Formats: sequence, C-alpha cells, structure tokens
Amino acid sequence: MNELVAAVPWLGRRNPMAARWLIIVLALAAPLIAMMFGRSWVRVLDFALLYMMLALGLNVVVGFAGLLDLGYIAFYAVGAYTFAFLASPHFGVHWPFWAVLPLGAAFAALAGIALGFPVLRLRGDYLAIVTLGFGEIIRIFMNNLNYPINITNGPQGINMIDPIVLFGWDLSRTLKIGDFTINSLYLYYYFFLLCVAGSILLIQRLQISRIGRAWAAMRDDELAAKAIGINIRNMKLLAFSLGATFGGVAGCLFGAFQGFVSPESFSLMESIAVLTMVVFGGMGNIAGAVVGALVLALLPEVLRDIAVPIQQMLFDRVLLDPEVLRMLLLSLAMILMMLLRPVGLIPAKARYAHPEHLPRKKEARP
Amino acid sequence: MLPDQSQAILELRGLSVSYGGIQAVKGIDLALFPGELACLIGANGAGKTTTLNAIAGLLPLAGGDVIYAGERLNPVPAHKRLAAGIALVPEGRGIFTRLTVEENLRMGAYIRRDKVGVEADMEKVFEMLPRVKERLPQVAGTLSGGEQQMLAIGRALLSRPRLLLLDEPSMGLAPIIVEKIFEVIQSVAREGVTILLVEQNANLALEFSSRGYVMESGAITLTGSGEALLADPKVRSAYLGEIG
Repeated sequence: MNELVAAVPWLGRRNPMAARWLIIVLALAAPLIAMMFGRSWVRVLDFALLYMMLALGLNVVVGFAGLLDLGYIAFYAVGAYTFAFLASPHFGVHWPFWAVLPLGAAFAALAGIALGFPVLRLRGDYLAIVTLGFGEIIRIFMNNLNYPINITNGPQGINMIDPIVLFGWDLSRTLKIGDFTINSLYLYYYFFLLCVAGSILLIQRLQISRIGRAWAAMRDDELAAKAIGINIRNMKLLAFSLGATFGGVAGCLFGAFQGFVSPESFSLMESIAVLTMVVFGGMGNIAGAVVGALVLALLPEVLRDIAVPIQQMLFDRVLLDPEVLRMLLLSLAMILMMLLRPVGLIPAKARYAHPEHLPRKKEARP
Repeated sequence: MLPDQSQAILELRGLSVSYGGIQAVKGIDLALFPGELACLIGANGAGKTTTLNAIAGLLPLAGGDVIYAGERLNPVPAHKRLAAGIALVPEGRGIFTRLTVEENLRMGAYIRRDKVGVEADMEKVFEMLPRVKERLPQVAGTLSGGEQQMLAIGRALLSRPRLLLLDEPSMGLAPIIVEKIFEVIQSVAREGVTILLVEQNANLALEFSSRGYVMESGAITLTGSGEALLADPKVRSAYLGEIG
C-alpha cells in the first residue's frame, strides 16, 4: 500500500495521507464510474482485478525470486478447472465455494512444485523454455482429456459453473435492499477487490520476511546465497508454489465469475500478457504489478472501443481487427517501455528488510 | 614445523572433484590448523576455486573426505556447513547488487537467531571496515570493487565463522586497494578466525600467510611455510614472474 501511495503522481510524496484516501476512494468508486459508460466496463474492471491477482502472483516468482516463468497461466487453469470440476453439473458435484477455493489453491501449489522440481538447476533462457512448455502441456491436457474418458470436456470447455456463494449469499444475483438494487457485477467487483487487497497484504508481509530476503539474495547471486546458508532448492520450490497459489485462487474466482472455462482462456498469449504486466509495472514491486495489470487490462478494452469507430471514420471500413491491434499496441508499449524506462513504471526499491533506512542523503561516489 | 595433525580444524583427504567428466581436483591432501592463515596458490584453472567450493559444500565430491573439527562433512549440505562455522567469500565477491549495503551485511547473519549477538558483530564489522559503514544505505551494486570485496568479507564474518574461505579477494582490484584488503584479512586472522586464502597473486598471499600450498592442474605440488615458498626457486619462476 505504501508503495502504491508513493507512486501516485505529485500527491504521493507531498501528502501521503491524501494519496492513500484517493486510492481507496478511486478503488471503491471505480465500478460506479465505469457503469456510466455501460455495464460491460464494470465487467472489464472485474477482469482487471483478476489480472492484478495474477500479476501479483507472477511477481513473486519473477520479481522476487528472479525465476522467469512463461507458463504461469497454467496455474490459473488448474484453479479454474478445479473449480469447474467440483462445482458444476459436469460431474454433478456442487461443493461450496469455501471448500473448493482452498483446494484450487492447493492443487495450483502442487502444480507449482511439480514444475519447480525439474527446473531447479535451470536458469534464464532454459528456465523460460521449460516453463513455457509446462504451460502448454497443461493447456493441451485440458484440450484433449475428453477421450477415452471425458474429464475436461475438451475444447468445448465446462459450462454452467456454480457462482460464488458466500455464506448463502449468491454473488451472481442482483442484490435488492428495499428499492435499491445492486448489480451482480458490482458484487463481484467488491469481492475481487477484497481478494486483491488480501493478496497485497500477504505478499507485502512475504516480501519483508526471511523468505522474501532469501529470494532477493538468490535472485541477485545464487552461489553467494548458497554460501550464506540459504537452502536454494527449498526457496525455489517455495517461490514456484506460493506464486502458483495466487494463480490458483484467481483461477477459481475466474471460473466462478465467468461460469464457463475452456482451454482457449489459458493460451501462451495469456502467460505473456501477465508477464508483460509485471515487467511493464516494474519487476519485484507490488505497486508495479498492480498498476501494470490495471493499465494493460484496461488499455486493450479502451482500444477495442475506439479503434473501430476511428477506422470507420478515417477509411470508411475496419482495416485492422481490434484483436490484432491489441497485440500490436502491447508490443509497442513494451518496446517503448524498454527504451525509455527499462525498470518499469514504478521501479522496485532495494530496501526490503529495513524501511527505516530510507535514503538519508544521496552520497556522491568518489 | 607442522602442528600435530590431529588438531587440524580442516583436513582434506584425497579430495577429488569432477566437472562433467573432467577431474578438476585429483585427490589432494590439505590440513589447516586453528587460527592460522594459509593460502592455496596456483595458476588459472589449477582447481583452487573448485577445492574451495567443495569445502563449502557447493560442489559434490568425486572422492575423498572433507573433515572439519574431527567430523566428516561429505554428506552435510552447504547451508548446514555454514551453521557449523565454515563461511565462503565466493570468487567475484557475490554481492547482492540490488540490496543495500546494510541488507547485504545482515543477510550474512541469515542463519543466526541471536539478535543481540548479530548487533554486536555488526559493530565489530563496522570497526574493522569503516568504509562499509559509511555506505550502509547505498545499493550495493553501486559500490566500487574494493568496497564490494570488503562488504563480502564483512557479510561472511556476520555468520561468525571459525573457518573463512576467501576466493581471490584481490581479483580485479588496484594494487593499493589489494593492500588494504589484505590488511583487513590479517585483522580478521588476528581475531582468531582460521583462514584459507585462494590467490593468484602468489607474492602477496605468501607474504601474509603462515603456510602455503601450491596447486598445479588439480594436484598439490608443493607445500611449506610462506617464507620458504617465497624463497623457493621453482615457485619464483612459476608464479612470481621470475625467470629461473
């Protein structure tokens, strides 16, 4: 939260208290503002929050522990499919949300460890290639496990997944309080917001803990980290599994919110999109992951909305499909970012363990 | 004169280490006695760093034993060897470049639970390395090479080692800085820490060491007191740049 506050332009440093309230008010009022432009924009915001959770989780693996993971979306898939299996007519099982959520998280964590073991000795490019393969393997499994026994229902995906029900309160129904009605999209928004806030809190504690410091050391120099007594194997597995847990939780929420999962939601492009969010925002930095996810989840939607009318106005027809344009502009955004600000929108600070030692005065190097 | 062999704090018996089929260390014997500063010199690729990393537990052994304080260390993983008192300052310093100097130092005490003891040791390190103290809040990657080397030594000291393994502390540093680093090493030795120093700068290493081992393509070829080796014509011609 403090990082986020400090990242608010202008106000953040001058009046942190005001900036803090500004963020809270904006976060709470966002769906109301979005509603003015139409219901679909609230939905977009809901998805932006899911992407935030994904970016936060991937940031643990890539940013904190320095393990480049190009298959992160697989954990999202594991969470989503866990929810779909255990709370849909597909198997005729309808377990309650609170029972499935921890299971989804646990399965994702296990998948994280399963990925972690074979890649313990890999670094850099090789690690990226293997994780990429892992992500694809999970997706292809989901795609093809409908024969000989139908487990995942193949490319058709699983339909009619149960919504999130919190203590008998169904989030997918419009809430009526007297004459006042609250759309389900709002309910999901605030629930997801709570989940994101919880994730931020957890990850923040994690970052300044012994584990977080061990990750930072491992990321900077693996051999030296070993030499100061860090158990590299355990720390890597922990990073993969904890990062995966957040992906799994987000996956459960996604399955319940969407009511439908299919393998095409978990393509390599999605892994890359989440990684782009982390890099764009600033690796190893919670505020960076949040802002990166927000910007890059909203940007394509805004483009989609304006690209068609603008093209029609200029050329009388649609030359470029908005989906093509999305990838084009995402790439362009990344290239510009790498040229102008390679550390990301909000660069990570070095001070993990001791916030009380914030820079006193910049010393000149001799 | 060699002290009684049984009192060695570290003993290597027929130590062999292989790298992908190539034997980098071919069955060497070495002994270190409490409180001494010994050095292992030799040319590039002689197997010095490999030996050191094997002692620290960073590499698996192909044969032989590492015996530390009377115990066979072979099956003990690296992080437990540190807890037993063996600290390594790796080649190229191994600074955590994106952490601050203070965080780097504190990471040295990662395995320790005694907060009071750590604080006391921090003060000790500050006394020994005033340059490092001046730079506490700075990101470690912005330090000069010499400062990084001092930081790496300070970090290793924070684990309160009984045996300190130093891998090429003079690498890439200006001669005047190297002198300073060696002074620091000497003051660490005076505190009673046993030191095994790996160096290419044989002249300086032998001058500061009580005993030296000369390593050549994976085997120890010569051993003796620092002065004796310095005077040895074979050493002089091979490592000290003199034509014999």
